[in-house]
Amino acid sequence: MTLDIDAILTDPTKHIIVCTGAGGVGKTTTAAALGLRAAELGRNVCVLTIDPARRLAQAMGLTELDNTPRPVPGISNGSLSAMMLDMKRTFDEVVQSHSDPGRAQQILSNPFYQALSSSFAGTQEYMAMEKLGQLRADDSQWDLVVVDTPPSRNALDFLDAPARLGSFLDGRFIRILTAPARGAGRGIGRIAALGFGIFTNVLSKLLGTQVLADVGNFVAAIDTTFGGFRERADATYALLKDSGTAFIVVAVPERDALREAAYFVERLNQDEMPLGGLILNRVQEVPETGLTQDQVLAAAQKLSADTTGALTAALLGLHAERMEIKGRQKHLASRFTAAHPSVPAQPVPAMTKDVHDLEGLREIGAALANQEITW
Amino acid sequence: MQYWSEVTLHVVSGKGGTGKTTIAAALAIALAKGGHRTLLMEVEGRQGIAQLFDTPPLPYEERKIAVAAGGGEVWALAVDTEDALLDYLEMFYKLRRAGSALSKMGAVDFATTIAPGLRDVLLTGKACEVVKRKEKKQDNAYDFVILDAPPTGRIARFLNVNSEVSGLAKVGPIKSHADSVMSVIASEQTTIHLVTLLEEMPVQETLDGVTELEQAGLPVGGIFVNMTRPPQLNAQQRAFAISGQLSAAEIDTQILRSGLAPNRKLVDALLAEASDHAERVDLEVNELQRLTEQELPLFVLPLLPSGIDLGALYELAAIMTAHGIGEGQ
Repeated sequence: MTLDIDAILTDPTKHIIVCTGAGGVGKTTTAAALGLRAAELGRNVCVLTIDPARRLAQAMGLTELDNTPRPVPGISNGSLSAMMLDMKRTFDEVVQSHSDPGRAQQILSNPFYQALSSSFAGTQEYMAMEKLGQLRADDSQWDLVVVDTPPSRNALDFLDAPARLGSFLDGRFIRILTAPARGAGRGIGRIAALGFGIFTNVLSKLLGTQVLADVGNFVAAIDTTFGGFRERADATYALLKDSGTAFIVVAVPERDALREAAYFVERLNQDEMPLGGLILNRVQEVPETGLTQDQVLAAAQKLSADTTGALTAALLGLHAERMEIKGRQKHLASRFTAAHPSVPAQPVPAMTKDVHDLEGLREIGAALANQEITW
Repeated sequence: MQYWSEVTLHVVSGKGGTGKTTIAAALAIALAKGGHRTLLMEVEGRQGIAQLFDTPPLPYEERKIAVAAGGGEVWALAVDTEDALLDYLEMFYKLRRAGSALSKMGAVDFATTIAPGLRDVLLTGKACEVVKRKEKKQDNAYDFVILDAPPTGRIARFLNVNSEVSGLAKVGPIKSHADSVMSVIASEQTTIHLVTLLEEMPVQETLDGVTELEQAGLPVGGIFVNMTRPPQLNAQQRAFAISGQLSAAEIDTQILRSGLAPNRKLVDALLAEASDHAERVDLEVNELQRLTEQELPLFVLPLLPSGIDLGALYELAAIMTAHGIGEGQ
């Protein structure tokens, strides 16, 4: 099944596009190219990128990391803004907007908060969701937000990390640290049975008492200011399940990347999340010449015997190598398609050069929408 | 020449998609040649080693997964944070039972979430434990340990455990554990390799990674340039290919001479591919130049058109051997 990306980009009921996939498959570039194409098809688009390469950021006119959408000049038809996520600043803003200045200062200077907001596994995903929610809420400016997911150990982290961080911050262990005495009286079941003696004992041995005290202070401070982290994460999760969202899974025709893509597709199905389709980057295109790889190799072999044929022999060798790569890629891709026949897919040819400007992004956008690419 | 003769622990990092697990596995085979015993470790819970060697998922247990020339053996271990924590609690406090009860309730997850540095010190600690382990009181249990480590963006922080746990504990067992880990990692026993492709982003990340590791006082070993395509055309032919000066008539003649029927589509395809290839090679030459300026050992490995399977790992290991890695055989 082929993917009609323009139909998604121009669908006025679609307000969020999430690009996801394994690391190194070109998610960020794909997100930028989709955003640009949607803008030039008339949408008012904001692209939220997590960690763009310097050149790509420059291509979109992003020179500073200031956590605010900046308009990209040179767009005809609709409009395009782009921003890079600064997770610490996003977290700080959440704290500041939900507490009075005194309390906010108390939270921001807590050592545990500083660690939480700058280096925690899961915070980046949580803040990407938070920012997505904010951008989406401001629908007077943008009718489409394209988001690139953080570089995680695995693609599912994007879906799971916010809830995990949320339940951690709202969870039973953290309650015990805040008020062991209160917790003891209120049936916390197995922990009480085990005795927090051991629980806090093991934790303080591992982490030291200061860390536990900082965590306790942090939780006490945020408790009175704003509602559950879990609730916030759940709200964004609901936004992602909405029919106004489309997930675009990005992969390359290699085993690991396709395996990640398969996990992700299965997870989206399981959670009834709206899957737009699969984009397969860096596919090897080889023009059809009516010859088999063996015929090409045999011809190369004959010509390589003397110097006059050397150049053509080298070119035939190159051609045969590309045929082999294409064959292997198609084999891997067909295994994916066999397992997931209903997922619309779009191959994108390997680009020789890195993207340096809007023109480069436009070319990729055109390839993404080119239904003539038969592969 | 022989590289890294003092080194026992080889840490392999690289940007996502550069093939660091493949390189780590091939390195484990190359170093095992000549009758050595190597341990290939992974710490990210991806089961990448099992997939590469086409075996069932690895448990938290050392297993032999391959052999090498001259009686060499490659063992593998997938380190799991929870199990590593239980080992630690047992080793220092005899608390395995309480630990596993807490682990069942998710407390281990909680502890490593409050303090991500704890997770890293447990994982690197396991690698150092294996490096130091003795058998029969004399010999090292493994001649070489190869750690498939987190990606370049996180590697310096992952390895620099001392500064990671400094916020946790100024004294006490975790601090002394971190100190003992650092005494291995920042020593001559350890070297850190970075895997890259000849593309702009991975090369930039590699250069940044080298700077970051050097600033942290961590020993950088070699740069492994993976998936390169050997240039099929020389510099002049590439220039002609790009400017469209290769002669279609000449290629046509040669094709006939090779015994194939006249084939206009083939000639067009060859010319287009020549120009594409030339642009790509020129870009790669440029990126390789940037890496060469680092004055670190550079190991160039080809893209294997057949893909990566067990045979391909041996092929890559043989190329490493030819580069002077390990003893060969």
